[in-house]
Amino acid sequence: MKALWGEMNGRGRVVLAVAVLLLLLAPTVATRYLVSVLTLIFYFVYVGQAWNLMMGYAGQLSLGHALYVGVGGYVSAALWVHFGIGPWLGVFPAVLLAASFGAAIGWLGFRFGIEGVYFALLTIAFAEFTRIGFDHIDVVGGAGGLFIPYEEARLGEWWNLRGGQLFFYYLAFGLAAIAVLVTALLARSRLGYQWRAVREDEAAARALGIDAFRAKMKAILISSAMTAVGGVFYAFYYNSLFPAQMFEMSRSIELILGPIVGGLGTVFGPVIGAFLLTPLGEILIGVTEALGINAPGAKAVFFGLTLMVIIYLVPTGVWPWLSKTLGLTGRRS
Amino acid sequence: MLAIYLNVVVQGVLTGLLYGLMALGLSAIFGVVRVVNFAHGEFAVVAMYAAFVLFRVYGIDPMWAMLPIAVAFFVIGYALQHTVIDAFVGRPDHEQFILLVGLAIVITNGLLLVFGPDAQPANLPYAFDSVMVGPLIIDEVRVYAAVAALAVCAALFAFFRFTRTGTAIRACADNLVGAAVVGLNVRRLYALTFGLGLACVGAAGALMITIADAVPSLGPAYTLLAFTIVIVGGLGSMTGALVGGLLIGVSEALAGFLVAPSMKSMFSFALLIAVLVLRPQGLLGKKPA
Repeated sequence: MKALWGEMNGRGRVVLAVAVLLLLLAPTVATRYLVSVLTLIFYFVYVGQAWNLMMGYAGQLSLGHALYVGVGGYVSAALWVHFGIGPWLGVFPAVLLAASFGAAIGWLGFRFGIEGVYFALLTIAFAEFTRIGFDHIDVVGGAGGLFIPYEEARLGEWWNLRGGQLFFYYLAFGLAAIAVLVTALLARSRLGYQWRAVREDEAAARALGIDAFRAKMKAILISSAMTAVGGVFYAFYYNSLFPAQMFEMSRSIELILGPIVGGLGTVFGPVIGAFLLTPLGEILIGVTEALGINAPGAKAVFFGLTLMVIIYLVPTGVWPWLSKTLGLTGRRS
Repeated sequence: MLAIYLNVVVQGVLTGLLYGLMALGLSAIFGVVRVVNFAHGEFAVVAMYAAFVLFRVYGIDPMWAMLPIAVAFFVIGYALQHTVIDAFVGRPDHEQFILLVGLAIVITNGLLLVFGPDAQPANLPYAFDSVMVGPLIIDEVRVYAAVAALAVCAALFAFFRFTRTGTAIRACADNLVGAAVVGLNVRRLYALTFGLGLACVGAAGALMITIADAVPSLGPAYTLLAFTIVIVGGLGSMTGALVGGLLIGVSEALAGFLVAPSMKSMFSFALLIAVLVLRPQGLLGKKPA
């Protein structure tokens, strides 16, 4: 908590505390629809934050994070469907496998000096490779998908993640809060400073005695493990998994938009990004419906245009600009 | 038995030339402007639809439609670089990435809005004609498309090699500061290059309609394909793009024949991973300085 407090000045702390309180109380007044949108926002805060650690702090561009979401979701769901092993246990092998993928990609990439765009393509290649692979693995349903059956009798077994909407709301909120805290802690840790040194100038960082390879490996391991937990949540929230839906590149992109729009390498950037983009998508659905142009694709066209405009106008993200304008961080003048 | 394999390989080579032409555009843009065109495949699909409409409505054969489409794409590329992308040159990778991904989303979904999600075959009258060469049975349309693709590549190579402007563009790629110092208009040359890159992908897309149906969702797949090819061949190496195209074309054809058509791109990605690990600069790429 202290690390988080340290990010902000007095006014920022008040705003943060009020926002958290409002979100905790929101389900008492909000409609089911609003609660589901907020749940989705929290999910994107969580996975966005995991990606932000690797890209925003350590400067390693991954465009294949859907891989870790998918592996996490698939492992936990398959264990539950086939062996009745609950997600609280299943999350461990899920994280382990996803982190092994992360380790393999990181080792290949960092050991052989694959950087920037090349590294990003390596991550895409792994995600795509796995997607097509999962299409042909019959144990998890292949291209036909894997489904977690809906059982009336199990509803309320929170220890098996079989809860109702409110349960998932608070679970997602908890995940998002933990991710923000972890980021705030890591950002101020020794490792966090090493990451930033590597991001800014790897040669200089190495000259200072920082083991850049180790730092980058830690980044991808932490990031992939965290993202896999998000995958477990996703699997048990939506109850259906398809390779095309889990591993596709558009999923990786969707996940990284929040942090980029909100502000890379900041603790609250991914939060702001998710709170901007997810409602934007929902609003676009509403607007296109109201205008009677709700053809498939209409919403996405506006979404793409918005992205282009945002990155054109505020390339460093909304949060740095917002926090300065509202005076939420730094010393007040 | 050998004849079957030969047939598969030849078909892969012919398709690979089209892939190569598409990737050539990406390679030229990255090699010079240093911007990664993440909307590359989407542009190819736009060209496919353009050729589709020209053929269906006006009866213009895609082999001819290729020329006006390439010219139109050149103009689009020049304008795009000049107005929007130029501001992003030299900015961090992820910013360029978001800009072009935004563009890709707009293109794919724009096509979805206009043409709907269903596959649109061109139904060329000569689509099923074939020629026999010894034991080989070769689709005529693939031969035409491959020859046309080669012709465009040759024209591009000649432009870069023998014209003053082409030399100037290569100078920008080799040494940007030097190029600016001797008074080259870098901004204009960048716009020219982006235009040429899109002209390549326009031509490739127009030819692609002869062997594949146009679907909006092909865009991301082609973008990935073009990337795979360019990385395998070597980013920034134009010959590499062609070689990479041939390699991927043949490996896809063989994998589709020997394993399963749905798994063919898995082999391309495996090849990509192998190349990235063993020779990150690509087969024909120069070692980064």
